[in-house]
Amino acid sequence: MEENSKNAPMFMQGNEALAEAALRAGMQAYFGYPITPQSEVMEYLSAQAKKHNAVVLQAESELAAINMVYGAAGAGARVMTSSSSPGISLMQEGISYMASAEIPCLIVNVQRGGPGLGTIQPSQADYFQATKGGGHGDYRLLVLAPSSVQEMADLVFDGFKLADKYRNPVMILADGALGQMMEKVTMPPAGSLPYTEKPWATVGKPTTRERNILTSLHIVPEKMEEINLRLQDKYRRMRQEVRSEQIGVDEAEILLVAFGLSARICQKAIELAKEKGINVGLLRPITLFPFPTEAIAKIVPNVEAVLTVEMNAGQMVEDVRLAVNGKKPVYFKGRMGGMIPTPDDIVLEIETIAEKNRITQV
Amino acid sequence: MGQVLTMEGMEIVYEKPGTLTQTPFHFCPGCGHGVVHRLLMEVVEEMGIIDQTVGVAPVGCSVFAYNYMDIDMQEAAHGRASAVATGIKRVLPDKYVFSYQGDGDLAAIGTGETIHTVNRGENILMVFINNAIYGMTGGQMAPTTLLGQVTSTTPFGRESSHVGFPLKITDLVAQLPGAYYVTRQTVHTAAAVRRTKKAIEASFKYQMLKKGTCFIEVVSNCPSGWKMTPVEANVWMEKNMLPIYPVGDLKVPKQ
Amino acid sequence: MIHGSVIVAKEVCKGCELCIQACPQESLGLSNQINHNGYRFAVLIKDNCTGCINCALVCPDAAITVYRQPKPVKQPTKVLESA
Repeated sequence: MEENSKNAPMFMQGNEALAEAALRAGMQAYFGYPITPQSEVMEYLSAQAKKHNAVVLQAESELAAINMVYGAAGAGARVMTSSSSPGISLMQEGISYMASAEIPCLIVNVQRGGPGLGTIQPSQADYFQATKGGGHGDYRLLVLAPSSVQEMADLVFDGFKLADKYRNPVMILADGALGQMMEKVTMPPAGSLPYTEKPWATVGKPTTRERNILTSLHIVPEKMEEINLRLQDKYRRMRQEVRSEQIGVDEAEILLVAFGLSARICQKAIELAKEKGINVGLLRPITLFPFPTEAIAKIVPNVEAVLTVEMNAGQMVEDVRLAVNGKKPVYFKGRMGGMIPTPDDIVLEIETIAEKNRITQV
Repeated sequence: MGQVLTMEGMEIVYEKPGTLTQTPFHFCPGCGHGVVHRLLMEVVEEMGIIDQTVGVAPVGCSVFAYNYMDIDMQEAAHGRASAVATGIKRVLPDKYVFSYQGDGDLAAIGTGETIHTVNRGENILMVFINNAIYGMTGGQMAPTTLLGQVTSTTPFGRESSHVGFPLKITDLVAQLPGAYYVTRQTVHTAAAVRRTKKAIEASFKYQMLKKGTCFIEVVSNCPSGWKMTPVEANVWMEKNMLPIYPVGDLKVPKQ
Repeated sequence: MIHGSVIVAKEVCKGCELCIQACPQESLGLSNQINHNGYRFAVLIKDNCTGCINCALVCPDAAITVYRQPKPVKQPTKVLESA
């Protein structure tokens, strides 16, 4: 990365933009494991580690990697890991431990088709795992969903900031297309994200304080419930971080709800539908947890129907139904296994919905 | 804590280290964990490194190590203590870091982490308590359970045809170039306790040389799991376990 | 003969008897009373303790504090006339 063109727009691959952003955001350690479609993150970091004196270590498994994240982040460092669906499944136990011990870190899931070994093409089928807690116990992650290479970079800064703010793991839920594709990106400047004080970190006990213990074990149920209540309170406070992007919702008759890559495809579908005289708007959740329930609920009275588009069997649609709360019909269009919905697929769906709800085509 | 008689004319020559908290150990009577906990904290106190040491507790009988060791500590998921310790050491390269694990933690679920932590030569001390049984969960078979040894999951004695052989993980680890100092000790006699303390002391000192992983196996007893008195357990250990897990250095740094 | 003594934290001791077995002087035994956990605890049964600390080394509960008379300073047996 030449120094002089630090802030000029660059043409970068999503995975590499994410890695460069992490370095600029002051990432001090990265522990990962190769898995398509996101190995470029670790490859890029391995090449840049020395220059940024960051620790970049390839572990023997994603399971070991997430526990290295636990240790390093527990020692107060700004730490990230990245993987893809099967690897993220291996990390779930460690993530549950970090949620309980309140250890901040950034976990990137560049999703691929599943279940099982699945495919290496993009998918959004880990939505439930990411937003409802894929490991054991009541916990939540703050989940951010990029839909461009620019956001693959920007959301890394937000992710680290929110992780430290809430002392909680944060997940970036991307997919194989966002990871592999190249787009223009203006990289946020290095050093623009200050470090925060971490008096709770295990760095060796000075005489001036009690020892720091990072544990998720409490054995006494009253104590464990107390911790759970504290965590639930934190998850409620996280609601203020809700973010979504709205396109053309004011004059929309049909509202699309889609995140990540699906949202990009919906934008094209909106154009095509316009040409057919159907006004369609889009609400794109940027935070998947906290979910933009209020934002959707506010739009629903002004539209005839809602269509959720996802690359899975229908997961976010459940949260959309909760937001719509039965006020208007909610439809779903999805592709699975790594298949990507096309704009025409979506327009077809829009037309059938328009007929069903007797929306006159102007 | 017992009545303190003023022993006129006498001086204290041995007492509990200040780095152990006031919480009495929960371990079963006679359990070797308590001795190793004490030795670790004696070394930390004597080397004056309380403010530079971070420990990692496992899942197993020693899961509450941080209730007893008055130093900064983290609790690891079962089997992952050496990976957690790796993470700590990599971001705190000049601090003393140790992981403390039982045989199930280190040689069953954590085998992958054990081999690779040592293979990377992580500059940490790995303490491994081998009592050939899963104590905390009630006496099930461990990877180091002896052939013929009865446990709650080998009620008729461990049969190799069914569940394989006692796993000599320390011997495997000693082959790895990343290992700097590998030794197997016990704490069932005063002399053995002195040797184990020396091994711990050496390991902490080696850590600053950044030459690789120090690995101490302590062959220990489990009176409750073995269903013996503590004294009988130590006799049984000496007679049955030490021939399979012989005491001694398996890898010593070339001076 | 060096004279020593021990104090066993009777509420911490679990009566495992390992100190009793390790004591070369056989000066330790189990109490007749029981502590609040219901364990009999180790007590001095003879006063031939030499303060060798074996008991404290093997004690799994860090329950034993050992005392010992300081070694008598060696007095010079004969004072040579300064030549």
